[in-house]
Amino acid sequence: MSILIKGARVIDPGHLDDICDVLVANGRIEAVQPADTMQVSQDDMTVIDGRKQWLTPGLIDLHVHFREPGQEYKETILTGSQAAAAGGFTAVCTMPNTDPVNDDPAVTGLILEKARQAGLVRIYPVAAISKGLKGEQLCEYGELKSAGAIGVSDDGKPVINSRLMRRAMEYASGFGLRVISHCEELNLAAAGSMHEGPRATRMGLPGIPSAAESTMVMRDIELSRLTGVPVHIAHVSAKESVEAIRAAKSQGVAVTAETAPHYFTLTDEAVEGYNTNAKMNPPLREEADRYAIRQALAQGVIDIIATDHAPHAILEKQVEFDRAANGIVGLETALSLGLKLVREQLLSAEVLIERMAAAPAKFLGIEYGIRTGLPADLTLIDPDRNFTVQTGAFKSKGRNTPFGGMELTGKTMMTMVDGKIVYSEKSDNKS
Amino acid sequence: MKKDILDMDSLSVNEIHSILDMAVNMREISERPIKKVPTLRGKTVILFFYEPSTRTKLSFDIAAKRLSADSLSISGSMSSLVKGETLLDTAKNLEAMNPDIVILRHSYAGAPHFLARHLKASVINAGDGTHAHPTQALLDMVSVRQRKGSLEGLKVAIIGDIAHSRVARSNCVGFTKMGSQVTLAGPPTMIPQGIESLGVRVAPTVDDAIEGADAVMMLRIQKERQKDTLMSTEREYARYFGLNLKRLERAKPDVLVMHPGPMNRGVEIDPEVADGPYSIILDQVTNGVAVRMALLLLVSGGNRNVDSD
Repeated sequence: MSILIKGARVIDPGHLDDICDVLVANGRIEAVQPADTMQVSQDDMTVIDGRKQWLTPGLIDLHVHFREPGQEYKETILTGSQAAAAGGFTAVCTMPNTDPVNDDPAVTGLILEKARQAGLVRIYPVAAISKGLKGEQLCEYGELKSAGAIGVSDDGKPVINSRLMRRAMEYASGFGLRVISHCEELNLAAAGSMHEGPRATRMGLPGIPSAAESTMVMRDIELSRLTGVPVHIAHVSAKESVEAIRAAKSQGVAVTAETAPHYFTLTDEAVEGYNTNAKMNPPLREEADRYAIRQALAQGVIDIIATDHAPHAILEKQVEFDRAANGIVGLETALSLGLKLVREQLLSAEVLIERMAAAPAKFLGIEYGIRTGLPADLTLIDPDRNFTVQTGAFKSKGRNTPFGGMELTGKTMMTMVDGKIVYSEKSDNKS
Repeated sequence: MKKDILDMDSLSVNEIHSILDMAVNMREISERPIKKVPTLRGKTVILFFYEPSTRTKLSFDIAAKRLSADSLSISGSMSSLVKGETLLDTAKNLEAMNPDIVILRHSYAGAPHFLARHLKASVINAGDGTHAHPTQALLDMVSVRQRKGSLEGLKVAIIGDIAHSRVARSNCVGFTKMGSQVTLAGPPTMIPQGIESLGVRVAPTVDDAIEGADAVMMLRIQKERQKDTLMSTEREYARYFGLNLKRLERAKPDVLVMHPGPMNRGVEIDPEVADGPYSIILDQVTNGVAVRMALLLLVSGGNRNVDSD
């Protein structure tokens, strides 16, 4: 069976941006041609009207927490995959801070088996840098790679020991594993629960200074310079980190970076009223930081938008602010918040898709694009669709978002993985 | 008046005026031979103290009893929190017992705000983490106003560990709102980032802050701060940041010396200052009962028509 997507604006960063018809058959892209020029027999074919919509390579999220194994009450690989598909993502990288930690090939294998059973989006597991995320002993990178891991990170925790981090980078490079760093100087972050600044002072909450992030970003840049091994900085939140990354890139250090939609959308103002749905690590910072993150996205200093999708149960958020869990869900709002940057003319449509699809694919070293012969991982987007964020309708088990009730414009209409439709807005609204 | 008294930010100038005025009336009740009026008979006040406190708890308890309310207290160690109950569940259970007023002391900032959102009863913040201690600020303001007539244009110095002081934060907001000029001083490790955004000045030295002051408020120094690397030794603290008679000479001749207690004599304040003629430290305690009586009365419906501006 084949699928023809007609009349959409096809955006394949660096290759194509035009109104085209795209034919998908046997899981692959069969043909891409200017609109209405394709000669096809309509038998046994599904036709999707793509007019006034964008057809892009499938979005890829380098940073999600699917909580399985161990905390299935927060999220499972199935519900996480459903949320990803609904958000327009065709692939995600799951972080290793599950229970047990993904520091063992058996856990990597379990995640991939659950992903296969879910049969929705591609899952690329990120394994731990150190055994048990303890920062003491390297994991068996060769075994983890063979089991299907694509990279290593102790995400959720920093690697405090600089020598261990150096060895991790060197050892990982030998197996072709990517190194993703959660940058946080724990002694500086101490018991902080929001960004250190005037607002934290007024609210009487212990602060996390920006330097807790930027000093570690600088360390990892220096380790990359020392070893020659590329390093990827996760969830950049502070302007000082942006400046460090900018300087490193201009000096040819192989550093890449991601930020999350909340960092380019919100500031610590969202914490007012002790809103635990605006509590995450790193924390929401000030307007100058938000501005720097936005400029960095436009200029390519930050390469990638990732969600840091971190579902929690309500009981972990309906508590005193200091005791509340860190993190928010992001898969089902990321694209809309990214499209807001396009509407605000900060990014072109092509650059947004670069940040959310092309750059992560290049980072993972996987095939992507809308060209004949490539796997049909595609996202159909209506950039003008208005909707209200209803957390009750999320596919994710997590409802922890500061964006609930917000009016947004732009939505996923259809998500396709390997030529199979894994999300369709039409059938979603019927059910 | 509002349902809840959570912090000084949420009180209007008019509301503060009416609380201070009411406190003056309440003080008179405490001076009678029979110190009890029937105003809040049949009302239930729960004193919910997750954090140890002697003076504030006693002050609220006396205030409630002098107004004939039934007051009961729950402490952190006996509360269900120790047994793993969440604050939300505790709140729901309290609600089910129909209290009229809940007084909360909690070690986390924002806990009273959280409770207030889930309770029909009035919530009065008796101190939340390092955030706010509005009843302390109000009693400080009553004490200063009693001596100076007005708070307008006064120079108030607050000295010590501002970063960890809910008393300092509430007083910065409160006194500034009522037209005083507040100056802070202390070791830079104890001055939190961006405190100037409360409309106060940070002085480079304690002497500078005290210069020409109408009131000097000393904050308690906790020994644990040494571990936090916020100070070196108590000895050095006393020498450079403590209040002694010599240092006090820089203030106005009729300066008021204040301390929220409990004091570390010989550390942040010399005994001769604490017990000297400028000290109004015990007035503060007396006014504490009066302010809390005023608040219990106001949140119970007395004078509800005060504007919130």
